[in-house]
Amino acid sequence: MTTPQKPWKKSVGLRLLDGGFAVLGLTLSGLVVLTSPMAGPEAVGFVAIPVIAIINFLRVFREGATARMNALATTLIMSAFLFLITPWLSVMGTVVSRGRAAIYSGFFTHDMRITPPKSALDMGGIKHAIIGTVIMVLLASIISVPLGILSGVYVTEIRGRFTGLVRFITQAMSGVPSIVAGLFVYSTFVLFFESYSGIAGAISLAILMIPTVARTSEEVLKLVSEDLRFAGYALGSTQSRNVFKVVLPTVRSGLVTSAVLGVARVAGETAPLLMTAQYFIASKTNPFDGPIASLPTYIFNMFQTGNRNSVDRAWGAALVLLGLVFVLFTFARVVTSARRRR
Amino acid sequence: MRVWGTVSDVAVQRRELKFKKPGIDRFFHFVVTTGALVSLLVLGLIAVFLFLRGFQIFKDMGLSFITGSLWEGTGAPGEPTTYGIAPMLVGSIVLSLVAVVIALPLSVAAALFIEFYTAPRLKKFLVSLLDLAAAIPSVIYGLWGFFILAPRATEWAISLNHLFGWFPLFHVPAPFFDGSPFIGGMVLAVMIAPIITSVAREVFSQTPPDQISAAHALGGRKWSAIRYVALPFGRSGIIGGAMLGLGRALGETVAIYLVVNIAFKTNLNILFTGSGNIASMIALKFGEASQYEVKALLAAGFVLFAFTLAVNMFATYIVNLSKRKSA
Amino acid sequence: MTLSLNGIVGRGEFERMLDISVADGEVLAITGPNGSGKSTVIHTIAGLIPLRSGKLQSDGTTWDEPATNTWIASENRTCAVVFQDIRLFAHMSVISNVAYGLRARGVRKDEALSRSETLLARVGLTSFGNRRPNDISGGERQRVALARALVLEPRVLLLDEPLSAVDAASRSGLRELLPELLSGFAGSTILVSHDPADVEALASATLQF
Repeated sequence: MTTPQKPWKKSVGLRLLDGGFAVLGLTLSGLVVLTSPMAGPEAVGFVAIPVIAIINFLRVFREGATARMNALATTLIMSAFLFLITPWLSVMGTVVSRGRAAIYSGFFTHDMRITPPKSALDMGGIKHAIIGTVIMVLLASIISVPLGILSGVYVTEIRGRFTGLVRFITQAMSGVPSIVAGLFVYSTFVLFFESYSGIAGAISLAILMIPTVARTSEEVLKLVSEDLRFAGYALGSTQSRNVFKVVLPTVRSGLVTSAVLGVARVAGETAPLLMTAQYFIASKTNPFDGPIASLPTYIFNMFQTGNRNSVDRAWGAALVLLGLVFVLFTFARVVTSARRRR
Repeated sequence: MRVWGTVSDVAVQRRELKFKKPGIDRFFHFVVTTGALVSLLVLGLIAVFLFLRGFQIFKDMGLSFITGSLWEGTGAPGEPTTYGIAPMLVGSIVLSLVAVVIALPLSVAAALFIEFYTAPRLKKFLVSLLDLAAAIPSVIYGLWGFFILAPRATEWAISLNHLFGWFPLFHVPAPFFDGSPFIGGMVLAVMIAPIITSVAREVFSQTPPDQISAAHALGGRKWSAIRYVALPFGRSGIIGGAMLGLGRALGETVAIYLVVNIAFKTNLNILFTGSGNIASMIALKFGEASQYEVKALLAAGFVLFAFTLAVNMFATYIVNLSKRKSA
Repeated sequence: MTLSLNGIVGRGEFERMLDISVADGEVLAITGPNGSGKSTVIHTIAGLIPLRSGKLQSDGTTWDEPATNTWIASENRTCAVVFQDIRLFAHMSVISNVAYGLRARGVRKDEALSRSETLLARVGLTSFGNRRPNDISGGERQRVALARALVLEPRVLLLDEPLSAVDAASRSGLRELLPELLSGFAGSTILVSHDPADVEALASATLQF
């Protein structure tokens, strides 16, 4: 197999030239935008893409049709990429810059029990939301991680009569809209007990988590080589011993990753929690005691309240939530790469 | 003959030995099977439950539950009650289609860029960025859509209408451009683009390097190698990724709820204010719903569920097809 | 002198010093056991792997010279390769495979197709244009690969074991076709083969690895 290695990369000078022409294109587009009714940086972007494409097209004009197509395609592909990552960077940038305003020393240690949403930003906080999220995500994990991993073990180790069915259902359920899970728990649990509750929220999250955990743990368990399994049996080990002492320990970090990814997925779920746990202004730790707050529903509520300070609070909580997802992701990645290195 | 008989006897004995499981193994099997069946039950139960609960509505409303465009009444005796989800079904489809139409070309180009135009270290970083973008909670996308994107997108919508207003899709009956399917679709596009991009990139990364080097050795430039080798090779992966994105967009609740002016009407003028999808309708109505209306919402949930399931199954099938082809 | 390579080629751990030159119309055969690095020479000349040191020239143009950091990209070299593992594009018809290089060099579509048809006729595959590579025999695929390289009218033709991926029955047909094609070819040819009989029949000079 020959993977083309490329010493014939573009030289620094050529790259600078490319950059120079891109800047030229941007400047031209800026001038066009200034002299037209259009306005704003995004208009410059819209105009710049065709302008730079045309410039690069003309630069290689004499080299023939394929060179021209190549220049055009390269420019368009790069612009499309930049065009696409702009909103993501904008989301992350906005969350950080606007969220900072709401965060003060007491943001994590106060709740909204005595603070109306519109009051100044040096009062109140998200303690209740963090507690609620932790409780519900923890409960959801306690339910779903064992069930998900057992499903994975069933599909890869026991391979019993229901293997196909289990695999099909987990596959199918992993794409279920979260609102459907919320609606299910609402119409059974919440209506039956006539109360929103943390446990209802946890169950709806668990429903969303099981397929994620089951699928990723199946993927991980599939990577265990058959030799390792047979080696265990050849030494006279029972299947249960083999699974617990050989198979599961080999993929421990992979299973941790699957659980963490499951948590990352549900920690930001809003719709099902709106229907099951709702929102509450004070901190509480009892998941059976009526509505309970969480970070996503806090954001949702502060947004709906709609005045300047409450919206700032929403951004502040968004920053905390995004940070949480980021930490979980980095953690999963570190665990995975540690396993690869081993 | 005697010798043969002995050998097979031994073999039979061995097999019996192997089949007699020790008690601990039987217990282990029991636990694992129970766990798998419980998750099976929980997940399968949802579909069955939604269908059974919704069944009464399907029976009472008939086909007009899908085709009707009125949502009235509480189901109390004597009160005229009709439930039809057509506007929201159409809304779900319009919003997701706008999203896919915007996201697909950009995502494919971005996937090509990441796979074929970047150095390995930048590629690794960008793949992590994709994963992270896919994991940003939808409520944050909704917040951003409302405050950052919508004001700008409204301007773009006005320009689009100004230029192409003669085309029915971009026509508006009155000059109201806020909270339109166009803006909702754009937020969805930003949300599903990471999914489409990572699926497409993964498929592109499996393009046989031999074929790419063959293309170069025959005088193909990068674009030519992409156009004639990578794109045809990745075609089914691209379609599958787009379908996965479509599935995600169909079921999105909060982002739509925050960005779009939820209105129970069929709106095909994508630049005009007001639309909604089934998911956002459920979120809007469940709180004040009567018992009978909850059943109707469950029925709507079942329709959404079935629709998303079909799209996702198709997507998975296509992605697997392309994986098998490369294996 | 058309093609000259004086330097070290290598891949991974493997390295080898070479000094070869091939004139127009000449066929240089490189022979040797499997794994002796014959294909590495082909891939280096085609620009798929870099030259370690020294100089690679064709028609007075330098293709690779690490000392002066001169590298010509694969697609800009006037050479064409028939790979050992053939590497036809499976999703394209036979005629599109042959026309690929011409289209990539900017030849108009109808002209590219008509030139490809001529070449297909020369390798004896007149009516094969619309078939897919997976629907034809190994020997036929090898002919397509030859046509795909020759249609470019390259200055340098690189043949990597052109007879090895072929079953015995089609091999004799190709044995007749190859000398015919090579005698009509104006540029320099490098032929990699481990079969002394082929070398005997085709080569004007031999390099033993």
